[in-house]
Amino acid sequence: MKRATWSEYQKDIADDKYYYARSCIRQNFFPGSEKAFLDILSKDLGKDIFDDPAHSSCTGIGYHSDIVPLETIMTVVARQFAMMTESGYENFVTSCITSFGIYTEILATWEEFPETEERTRENLYKTTGREFRKPKCLAHTSDIIFHFREDIARLAKRRLVNSGTEEPLKVVEHIGCHYAKLFPKSGIGGSEFPYVLAGMVDAWGGECVDYPERRHCCGFGFRNYLVQANRGYSVANSQKKLESMAPYHPDFIVANCPGCTMFLDKWQYTIAEMDGRTYGGNGHGIPVLTYEEMAGLVLGYDPWELGMQMHQVDVEPLLDKMGVDYDPAAKYLGRNGKFIGKPSAAVVNGCSQDFIYDIKL
Amino acid sequence: MAAIDWGFSINRPRTIDIDNNNLRKSDEILREMPELQCCIGCGACTASCTAGNLTEFNFRKVHTLVRRGEYQGAYEEMNKCMLCGKCRLLCPRGINTRGVVMLIKRKLGDF
Repeated sequence: MKRATWSEYQKDIADDKYYYARSCIRQNFFPGSEKAFLDILSKDLGKDIFDDPAHSSCTGIGYHSDIVPLETIMTVVARQFAMMTESGYENFVTSCITSFGIYTEILATWEEFPETEERTRENLYKTTGREFRKPKCLAHTSDIIFHFREDIARLAKRRLVNSGTEEPLKVVEHIGCHYAKLFPKSGIGGSEFPYVLAGMVDAWGGECVDYPERRHCCGFGFRNYLVQANRGYSVANSQKKLESMAPYHPDFIVANCPGCTMFLDKWQYTIAEMDGRTYGGNGHGIPVLTYEEMAGLVLGYDPWELGMQMHQVDVEPLLDKMGVDYDPAAKYLGRNGKFIGKPSAAVVNGCSQDFIYDIKL
Repeated sequence: MAAIDWGFSINRPRTIDIDNNNLRKSDEILREMPELQCCIGCGACTASCTAGNLTEFNFRKVHTLVRRGEYQGAYEEMNKCMLCGKCRLLCPRGINTRGVVMLIKRKLGDF
């Protein structure tokens, strides 16, 4: 058997002219990240990226929940490719790991079973009158940031170091399962040694934490959380990871999957409320960042412009550690300066349970 | 803590963590009955077990768990054994399986 080598797990990433497909989850939970990606690419790096308002959801969540059939999702994906073709682009960039897995899976299916591609083309033409070309390059947005990590490092205003001690920040990197576990050769470094986030951390001065459960799933898994009664299994997976990383005292977690970022952040709140347990320093949770937020901080963006006020676990301890200047009063002011509301106090942010529930002892 | 109705609770893992389990009793059992180390896990004991036919009792499972330091419920399980000894006749490694049942009951009565 031929041995797999590191060079086999590299991928060609286009240098310019991208068609951008957004993520359903991220637009709701980390809306600043997608905006930051567009800003970094177009303003900081001067690349051509098209944010098409006409593209739709890939329906991946429905597909993985057995609601959307394979033929339907193939046609939806074909429509996305048709939108790209009509806009004159050839490099498809998707913001979501689930979508990335879906596109990879469908392109591989079309390769292995050409009759399914023919059927999909027919379905798309019958329903919308559109035709499409397959993308020349399919990449996840984290691949793109990884591709330009050295350029970003050259433009950096800050580095991933503790501004007080000048020591590198300890970073837990978490890769979404659908990035490279489905098709190992679709990701940088494959499923066992994914380097996509670790490469960014290395380039920007941080230090990755290698902890026992590094490759464990976050517990998202669609079926695990869609039914309320099953969520105990979902949260147990996140807890397993958090317990495993806590002894290494990480400064923050960075993930490249919308679901992972959301659950590693929000399950910390749940665990703290249920069990009173937190995993970061001083009784706080561990902040969870998207890679765009990490890149944005490195490039000197304002944390509230990056949408970091939307996190469940407060990011201020990390910002203080990095020496980032921010205005605490502006945290809950939206883009137009209007107050967007403030969340209640939570155990995960160092507030005692007695205070939250007003328990009279 | 009970102020919020979550509709679910955090599942406890079923992983056997030998690093954290207390193996003192397990070591004692193996010291007194070293032949148990010869077990190849073939399951002949369980397949021939009369009690196992009538209840959920599974001798191979229980003694394997005990050897890994998982003592919870082992005594109650072993109480289901009728001590008929058919498993002893079938064991390819000649382990005194009835003796193992008695030893586990003696050692783990407190658990």
